[in-house]
Amino acid sequence: MAMSETSATRTPAPRSLSAKDRTRLLNVAIPVGTAVSLLLIWQAGVRLFGVPQYIAPAPTDIIAVFFTEFPLLMRNFWPTLIESLAGFVVGNLAAILIAVAFVHSRTVERAFFPIAVFINTIPILAIAPILVLIFGPGIVAKVVIAALICFFPTLVNMVRGLQSVSPQALELARILSASKSEVFWKIRLPTSLPFLFSALKIAATTCVIGAIVGEWIGANVGLGALIIESTFNFRSPLLYATVFVSSGLSVVLFASVSLAEKFIVRW
Amino acid sequence: MTMHTEGRDIAASLSAASVRFGDFTALKDITLDIGAGEFWTILGPSGCGKSTMLRLVSDLVPPASGSVEILGKSTEAARLAREFAFVFQDATLLPWRSALKNVELPLEIGRKRGIAIPKGDRTPRELLELVGLDDRTDALPSELSGGMRQRVAIARALVCQPKLLLMDEPFGALDEMTRDRLNLQLLDIWKETGTTILFVTHSIPEAVFLGQKVLMLMAHPGRVKEVVDIDLPFPRDIALRETPEFNAYCSQLRRLLEEC
Repeated sequence: MAMSETSATRTPAPRSLSAKDRTRLLNVAIPVGTAVSLLLIWQAGVRLFGVPQYIAPAPTDIIAVFFTEFPLLMRNFWPTLIESLAGFVVGNLAAILIAVAFVHSRTVERAFFPIAVFINTIPILAIAPILVLIFGPGIVAKVVIAALICFFPTLVNMVRGLQSVSPQALELARILSASKSEVFWKIRLPTSLPFLFSALKIAATTCVIGAIVGEWIGANVGLGALIIESTFNFRSPLLYATVFVSSGLSVVLFASVSLAEKFIVRW
Repeated sequence: MTMHTEGRDIAASLSAASVRFGDFTALKDITLDIGAGEFWTILGPSGCGKSTMLRLVSDLVPPASGSVEILGKSTEAARLAREFAFVFQDATLLPWRSALKNVELPLEIGRKRGIAIPKGDRTPRELLELVGLDDRTDALPSELSGGMRQRVAIARALVCQPKLLLMDEPFGALDEMTRDRLNLQLLDIWKETGTTILFVTHSIPEAVFLGQKVLMLMAHPGRVKEVVDIDLPFPRDIALRETPEFNAYCSQLRRLLEEC
């Protein structure tokens, strides 16, 4: 509808493209244009200076590999997707439940919050080998690493969200003689949802990092394993394609969370 | 159910009630009978304990000494029976609920625990009609103006048909015109429901315009300065504010306030 409106008004006065339409058009055109230009510069640079393919493949080489090695990429995509999703669910669920415990008991918070902070300060790359040693080379270690990386931001945000209930809302609940569980389900939890979704958006991209780091340490399938393998074999176009698939996975997860937020947090 | 003193029904009765927060005495020896169906406004300098008084009556803060009774019951028993309702300065609506859903909230709380929730004569929908918002039932609070939100809060307060309505500067954050309109609407609601109203305000004209009685509190510690009967006829309209009688009351209260 907006399209026909613009084309109808364009002929008599080109300037009459409404400000709103123009902003919308620019919002898409500027980033897409920039990305395409950068790709063109990359392609031209590689060809012009005769850069060997194993150092920096041209975008067209990467696209070609994406098609020829599509089954291989997909075979390694699914394990990483499953590990990321499982880690996302486990890590966030744990963070939400612990946040609920923290909000209901100051003692629990005092006891465990320093430990949570400590675990968060250990670099994920340092703790990953330990977890692979403990849980073995299977899927479990990757899920745990992905869960761990999601855990802390969600914990902190969820605690803040649950505590962000206004004092007046709590007074209202008291005047209505609401029970603790009614206050939780009807007031605290919905209040925390915008905070939770901020954290889930962070987790949607970091869980993929966790899974890939786990695969680096010890795995023979998964995008992380494929990254290591193609690097050591100097298959740079495949390496780049794998990297793009990984980032595509993060984008898809991020978009799913954003979409869910749009449907759930309507206010 | 209600106590009788000198032939009038008492909605709320305070006897020598004091409230302390640590070493700070917020209210001292408040003794007061509020008759059923009366409209009281509470005035006083900042920090005199106007809000604390509403919180004392509504069982949000306990008395350090003395006692408070609502319809002859303890404040806790009255709270559990939903004898009173509270309207805050900020509408305190749940932002994810529509106007109608917000009004229904008091009916949901306690339902699963089998608590007998007094249901008013009016449905939530009819209450929204009473406050003039029947066309905005599905709107979220963020889609309503400040005045509309406060009207939803009033409808929510009325849903259990409380005998006592406690209002803590409900129109304090609204512009003058909206405030005037809501004052008139509140008087209509008061007349229609017959509920007792305790209304805290900062505005002397508002206190005179709404109240049958103005309770003047003084600070440090908060105590009763005076109760002024406002002998102006109902129904009241905006023109009342132009009358010399109205302005005489305003001057009298202003002088009292300066003495506090």
